[in-house]
Amino acid sequence: MRRLTPYLLALPSWMWLAIFLVVPMVAMASVSLQTGNAIDGYAMTFSFSNYGDAIGRYSTQLLRSLLYGGLATLAMLVIGYPVAYWIAFKGGTRKSMYLFLLLLPFFVSFVLRTISWNFLLSDNGILLGTLKGWGLLPADFHVLATTFAVIGGLTYNFLPFMILPIYVALERVDPRVVEAAQDLYATRAAAFRRVVLPLSLPGVFAGVLMTFVPATADPINAAILGGTSNTMIGNIIQTEYLTNLDYPTASALSFTLMAVLLVGIFVYARALGTENVLEAAAR
Amino acid sequence: MTGLSAIELEDVVKEYHSHGEVVQAVKGVTLDIAEGEFFSLLGPSGCGKTTTMRMIAGFEAPSKGLVRLHGQDVTNVPPNKRDVNMVFQSYALFPHMSVWDNVAFGLKQRKTPQEEIRRRVGEMLEIVDLAGRDKRMPRQMSGGQQQRVALARALVNRPRALLLDEPLGALDLKLRQAMQIELKRIQREVGITFVYVTHDQNEALTMSDRIAVMNDGLVEQLAGPREIYERPATPFVAGFIGTSNLLTGAATGGELKIGGGRVLVPGHDGDVTVTVRPEKITIGTEEPGPGRSAVRGTVAEVVYLGTYNSYAVSLADGAEITVFQQNVHDATATAERGDSVWLSWQAQHSYVIGS
Repeated sequence: MRRLTPYLLALPSWMWLAIFLVVPMVAMASVSLQTGNAIDGYAMTFSFSNYGDAIGRYSTQLLRSLLYGGLATLAMLVIGYPVAYWIAFKGGTRKSMYLFLLLLPFFVSFVLRTISWNFLLSDNGILLGTLKGWGLLPADFHVLATTFAVIGGLTYNFLPFMILPIYVALERVDPRVVEAAQDLYATRAAAFRRVVLPLSLPGVFAGVLMTFVPATADPINAAILGGTSNTMIGNIIQTEYLTNLDYPTASALSFTLMAVLLVGIFVYARALGTENVLEAAAR
Repeated sequence: MTGLSAIELEDVVKEYHSHGEVVQAVKGVTLDIAEGEFFSLLGPSGCGKTTTMRMIAGFEAPSKGLVRLHGQDVTNVPPNKRDVNMVFQSYALFPHMSVWDNVAFGLKQRKTPQEEIRRRVGEMLEIVDLAGRDKRMPRQMSGGQQQRVALARALVNRPRALLLDEPLGALDLKLRQAMQIELKRIQREVGITFVYVTHDQNEALTMSDRIAVMNDGLVEQLAGPREIYERPATPFVAGFIGTSNLLTGAATGGELKIGGGRVLVPGHDGDVTVTVRPEKITIGTEEPGPGRSAVRGTVAEVVYLGTYNSYAVSLADGAEITVFQQNVHDATATAERGDSVWLSWQAQHSYVIGS
């Protein structure tokens, strides 16, 4: 009995995963192979061509999503790393306060935060309207419904997920190791490049994972900030599922997206040699 | 000692601002460390010894005063431009680099030719007895091995001075003693100046040519180990180095009346503080003849410590004196708890502090 105890304790979580992860996945996988229409219903026909059709029809949006997700991730890395660095090394006794400030926007719902951007950036809103009123911007200048707005929104919304893991990794870097590098003739820049950066890579890796995946799949920023010409794959899946009631296409697209992201992550992990990096940083 | 100055500190002060208050960690230290010397900064934690060393390394800038390395003013020179290297207390090895890359780091930063790096790193690993372990990662090594990597990483650059910040603190006693001898050997072999920060008086006494005993941001005494042990300049030094008995009182005619006896302090009159080392004192039941300092007391405690017995003896006036007696003949104690005894020592073994 005693031997079984750990398994029994783990049972609820296994059940949870089985019911709410495995079952829906299997159901979705089966739906993705069905044919039919919204009125008469769908039947299983093992129609693998659903995938080809869906990808063919929406390859633009799929590629656009990967591009937007990638660019937003890059922007988050460029903005987030210095912030994490600053909090970890210069935050002093106020570290927790800075982290709290960073998370403060998260007390407001994701959709509302994005809508507030809409409000802020609207063509004649507080920001652009004022600047236009002063004659600093041409009257037809706009930010909303552009690629820039969508990537900006994604960057803003997921930024803390980039900063936090990098912060955690940097926080663990012993300042004396940095001093040792400087003692061994490294300039500040060289000490960063050869010591701090490599030791923070596990955090960067985690941060990229935690932002690239949801940013690529996100439908909300494109819907609220992107207008009609910046549709991402998340929006398509949503429309197919909720408006067109074309469940097989929506499911096939979901699985395609998942596969693309998994392959991407795998290649990325290989390229960065995460295992070595993680091992080294784990000491 | 060749007499040339390797490191000079001139009235160096380090102040920190904390909660609107100015705290002085180092309150004016002047040192002149000679080329090739094994120099120790010894003191309790918080005495300013590590801050002093960090100012030599360049990690802290003095609030006042000058730091010179080989005659050149380096007060405001960053650490990467100073020809000294440091061995950190926790070793601070680069956790993501192999032993080889750790040791080669400084040479690579200085753009040393590849061939020379290979030769020098190889030689250095040989010296610290780590040849063949160069591909290991630091976390795969024991504390003693990491210690030696840290030492090799600093020494391979052939710095003109090596700074060591309590480098043996994390090792167990046996290993620490072995490393003390090892460090001394390496220092003799490479012939460079070692500045050694420690709170362990045995370590400082064993290895150093000279010791600066620090307390509360100031140097209390700067002298050789023998001098510091035998002739402590202040009560703090007497108390910090080894076990020491302090006797205070007013001397008249070169004699201090104390504990039903006398302490001979030839040439001294007035208030004096006298130290006597526990191992110089003889314990007995008979009153000793004249010519020796002698006091009466009662044995309060006897502790058997293997090579010697330690006695705590209470004098009539309440003072307590510690006596060490070697177990030369057998392990039985000369006196038992509660015995009334005479303690005596040669006149020359009383040292009047500050004289």
